[in-house]
Amino acid sequence: MNTSTAHAPAHSTASAHGAGHDHHEPGFWQKYIFSTDHKVIGIQYAITSLLFLFFGFLLMMAMRWQLAYPGKPIPVIGHALQAVLGDDMANNGVMQADLYNVFGAMHGTIMVFLAIVPILFGAFGNYVTPLQIGAPDMAFPRLNMASYHLYFLGGIVMLASFFIPGGAAKSGWTSYSPLATINDPVHVINGQTLWLIGMVLLITSSLLGAVNFITTIIQMRAKGMTWMRLPFFVWAQFVTAFLLLLAFPPLEAAGIMQLVDNLLKTSFFLPSGLVVNGQQLTVSGGGSPLLWQHLFWFLAHPEVYVLILPAMGIVSEVIANNTRKPLWGYKSLVYATLSIGFLAFIVWAHHMYLTGMGTRISTFFQTTTMMISIPSVIILTALFISLWGGSIRFNTPMLFALAFLPMFGIGGLTGLPLGFNASDIILHDSYYVIGHFHYVVAPGTIFGIFAGLYFWYPKATGRWMNETLGKIHFAGSLLFMNLIFAPMFIQGLHGMSRRMYDGGSTYFGSGVGLDQHILDLNINITHAAAGLGIFQLFFIFNFFSSLVWGKRVTSDNPWQATTLDWQTPTPPPHGNFTVEPVAYRGPYEYSVPGAKTDFTPQNQAG
Amino acid sequence: MEIPYTVKPRPDTGLYNAKVGIWLFLASEVMLFGALFSSYILLRVGAPDGFWPDVATGWPHGLLNIPIGTFNTAVLIASSVTVVMAWAALKAGNFAKFKGFMIFTVICAFSFLGIKSYEYNEKFTHYVVRLKDGSAVTGHFEHEFLHGFLEKANTRRDQKNAELREANAKAKLEGKAPKDLLPHLSNRFLTLDKFGEETVESVKMLVDIPSAFRYPVGTKPPALEESAKGSEHGEHAEPGGHVEKEIKLADVQSIAAFIPSTATFFAIYFTMTALHGLHVLGGALVLGYFAFFGRKMWREEPERLTNRVEVAGLFWHFVDLVWIFLFPVVYLL
Repeated sequence: MNTSTAHAPAHSTASAHGAGHDHHEPGFWQKYIFSTDHKVIGIQYAITSLLFLFFGFLLMMAMRWQLAYPGKPIPVIGHALQAVLGDDMANNGVMQADLYNVFGAMHGTIMVFLAIVPILFGAFGNYVTPLQIGAPDMAFPRLNMASYHLYFLGGIVMLASFFIPGGAAKSGWTSYSPLATINDPVHVINGQTLWLIGMVLLITSSLLGAVNFITTIIQMRAKGMTWMRLPFFVWAQFVTAFLLLLAFPPLEAAGIMQLVDNLLKTSFFLPSGLVVNGQQLTVSGGGSPLLWQHLFWFLAHPEVYVLILPAMGIVSEVIANNTRKPLWGYKSLVYATLSIGFLAFIVWAHHMYLTGMGTRISTFFQTTTMMISIPSVIILTALFISLWGGSIRFNTPMLFALAFLPMFGIGGLTGLPLGFNASDIILHDSYYVIGHFHYVVAPGTIFGIFAGLYFWYPKATGRWMNETLGKIHFAGSLLFMNLIFAPMFIQGLHGMSRRMYDGGSTYFGSGVGLDQHILDLNINITHAAAGLGIFQLFFIFNFFSSLVWGKRVTSDNPWQATTLDWQTPTPPPHGNFTVEPVAYRGPYEYSVPGAKTDFTPQNQAG
Repeated sequence: MEIPYTVKPRPDTGLYNAKVGIWLFLASEVMLFGALFSSYILLRVGAPDGFWPDVATGWPHGLLNIPIGTFNTAVLIASSVTVVMAWAALKAGNFAKFKGFMIFTVICAFSFLGIKSYEYNEKFTHYVVRLKDGSAVTGHFEHEFLHGFLEKANTRRDQKNAELREANAKAKLEGKAPKDLLPHLSNRFLTLDKFGEETVESVKMLVDIPSAFRYPVGTKPPALEESAKGSEHGEHAEPGGHVEKEIKLADVQSIAAFIPSTATFFAIYFTMTALHGLHVLGGALVLGYFAFFGRKMWREEPERLTNRVEVAGLFWHFVDLVWIFLFPVVYLL
């Protein structure tokens, strides 16, 4: 932070202003709530989104209880739910269909928009990206603060929607029209209205964030930090930011139109002659339900790459560091990521094979869907080969990163039958789909998140997380994640629909043919989910106790890493670097023959 | 700590931060309006055959005021020119000239919004009457007549709502869902969908000639319009004129103002123009801020203010460009 020497006299006012921030110790509000420091904002994002992650998990646990034991009162929280949400939602502590729908829609919304994306993009992206490119902060620090505050506000709106009359949104996280427009005609301002308002806030937050990230990566790279010297994590964030920037606005447009449909009674997504409860709806009609689906999936498909690319970035950093050798095929990784970024925009309608949009369109989207699996396989292959011949350090972040590879592999491969429209006809809307995307997002992305949390924790706090607790957390998570999601493939292949609030017991014995042993898997899954929850307690305890009792790190670069994020004081001060960083080499110079140590930091000259 | 390249461009990209930022932001704006334009196309192409309001295309024509729209387009283009001149004045170091051009730009922006709200109001008080034989006419109601009609209708509404409230209170005790109360009727947003048929026997209407709407395939041209041409008011019945007609409410299926819920065309027209209007308003506030409060920054960091004006100007051009697409699409095509 060479502020005093770097300022030319021409900038005297600006520098005096900037220096003022450096020398004053800011108060609590400015330091923790209205901070413009990318690291504080990153930590704000991390804490908020981890809380949402936990909350989303709790929603799922309540739903899992209902699936395994339909019609039985939810233990512990059942009567509290009845007291807070009313008899319509939880009569005598039993989850009613409406509550199941509310929890289902909000589990999806919260996990995707309030937990995973903010933690990958908001938390890791904010904290690590400027450090890795050698920047003092983001390009627009105040915009960064605004992004977080909009995200927080969006979260509050979503949470508030649980408590309004009629309950929160209950038309699935996809909010398909006309269902989303007609399912609560009693309340003018209903859960769906708040869902849409919350989404508009979250989308605006993401858009501002995306503008900020791309500008930062283009403009703020340190001297010598050329594009091909960027750590792969930065590339992943870069492409992710473009996906958010260009894919989110159509959903914002769709959200505005659905809001207008709900409040001003227009018919953007309502077809002519729509009959609800035996009565023709008194709306002008002439709209198109397919239009909503197109606009929604135009975002929501790129969104899954938003969910996975930053996780791949984290895993790459952890793998390179703990194999002590360069990533295999760095350039292939970069180009594969860019290809994914492009192809992600032209695969969306593979979510809509069963809408009757026509076989030609289906064929096009089937083709692009198969094409996008190629760069994904390149990335996974490059990461697998990176392990070859490395002297691997099996610490907690590395264990999570290693588990990410096969778990994401299962998630990806099980997606292929869904991408072919012939096989999708059978699998569509079944538990197979749930199993597929949860393999990608839960043991895939969330393991990437855990790898990152264990990996950067020492940099952010100056203390280690406990290794033993971390390994227990890892082993339990890996076991139970698989016990939860693998049986879903079996259920799905037997035709169990994903939307039934009683876990399919309606079908049992009615001649439709779900066997008892398929239904009984619901009980196994619910037990496994409880097990997963118990093992997360090790993480939660570890995370907080290490803040106080964790072993202090003895070096600023405890993992002996090469990238610039580790060449700063611990934790990095406002402004990040004590001397202006210059990159002299690529990001992964591990075990260079003839070098004194087995790692050569990017800013080491010569 | 200081963020680099906030004012001076970065040598290898040739851009300062805010310029990269605004272009990215505009890219996302293109996607936002692009989605709305795509929706417009899809809704128009997919408008069902034989569907009100226009059988031939399923989409109404000629409902918007083209001369006013053209004038508004000119106003916005003029503001786009002056915003560049304001920026050029700053580049030349002339703050007073900058202020003049910028204030003119902001005046243009608010004129645009004023004209637009006049147009909106025109639509809100223009009605379509759909008859039970499937035909429809458009036109206006006389102010005095409408006033009396609304009074009666709202009295009736109050009675009905009182009954509904009682029924709802009962329903609540029995655990049933309550029913919606009837909305207050105003001369804007007037709809007769649900009630009001018995309040008066007939309505006097100034029917548009030619009526902006067409009629189901195979039926004769609307008796109303035809008879109007041959009536004693025939001399007024030229295209663009009005003819006063008495319409029996027994024949009426519904009466609705030109508001979003009346037809998908209005829905997308109001949504797109309102979103555009919000952009105009936001841009005008920022530009106005530079004009009236920019002097301090001009004295301290002239280059920074010039950059800000450039970036805001880029946004302003974008807003202008959206209108240049919007005008032909909703007014002319």
